Amino acid sequence: MAKIAGAVVVDIDRCKGCELCVNECPFDVLAMSEDVNIKGYHYSYMKNPSACTGCLACALVCPDTVITVYRVKVPDTAKS
Amino acid sequence: MAKSKVIPHHDVPLDQIIKPENIIFKKTKLFTDNVLSYCPGCGHGVAHRLILEVIEEMGIADKVIGIAPVGCSVLAYEFMDLDMQEAAHGRAPALATGIKRTNPDKFVFSYQGDGDLAAIGTAETIHAANRGENITVIFINNGIYGMTGGQMAPTTLEGMKTSTTPYGRDPRQMGHPIKITELVAQLPGTCYVTRQAVHTAALVRKAKKAIRRAFEYQKANKGLSFVEIVSNCNSGWKMTPVQAIKWLEENMLPYYPLGDLKDVGLD
Repeated sequence: MAKIAGAVVVDIDRCKGCELCVNECPFDVLAMSEDVNIKGYHYSYMKNPSACTGCLACALVCPDTVITVYRVKVPDTAKS
Repeated sequence: MAKSKVIPHHDVPLDQIIKPENIIFKKTKLFTDNVLSYCPGCGHGVAHRLILEVIEEMGIADKVIGIAPVGCSVLAYEFMDLDMQEAAHGRAPALATGIKRTNPDKFVFSYQGDGDLAAIGTAETIHAANRGENITVIFINNGIYGMTGGQMAPTTLEGMKTSTTPYGRDPRQMGHPIKITELVAQLPGTCYVTRQAVHTAALVRKAKKAIRRAFEYQKANKGLSFVEIVSNCNSGWKMTPVQAIKWLEENMLPYYPLGDLKDVGLD
């Protein structure tokens, strides 16, 4: 059980589908959608959200800053 | 990047994580609402963001004057919510000189590509550095003329194919790729000369520290600070963004090694 839980929110309409975030994510949280956004790009989404630690790797390499990152500490009492 | 074998796991519902108080990273307010005009995966977007984040963290947004170049980032003033001025091709250091000398209390930076800074603007760059103008130059090196259609730039690597060197750059005809950052580092007018990259998270953090240091040098009136950012041009290189950053690591970085070339010290 991880002590830190993270999540990202992708601004879908601004994502240009470059896949750099998917490439950079150390835990394979992100993947490219099958759908396309308003500009016709496949956009990045959280395929495996339970593995996200909010490490910022995706957000730091995103050229269009479409990723907002959230992180919380998981209380010790929480058990899966 | 090496993938970790241990995949972390948490069971916290997303609606408990995605709350405004839990934000640890979001887009800086110094970006305008315009969508960046760059190609998908272009390093310009990250470089823009790092400059704006440094300016926001230093609290100097109302004291900064930026110079936009000619090249892909010609429209930088559309994306940066700062006072900006457009310069003639390659002349950003000359314009920055004038602005800084008449407004010595402002922070002046130029943002230039390799075609702008290392070709048509070589004279302005070298002489501004030699005079020790108290400005910051951000130099994006992607080894190609991106905006005009992927022609050879002075920084194009040997053997690299571009639209004007379809058989690869031949140094016997076209000369060797110019390491302008090394040239600038030799000049006594420069105080801080560094080469960075922005294609991985770790390098982005380092590049941000370098840009911060460059602005700190300007604050301390030490001379010209120069930050080269080795970047990608996947459209000009005819690659996908992920292929381009791999190619960059394998080909650009051995010729343009990262690190500080000169750091005279802030004290």
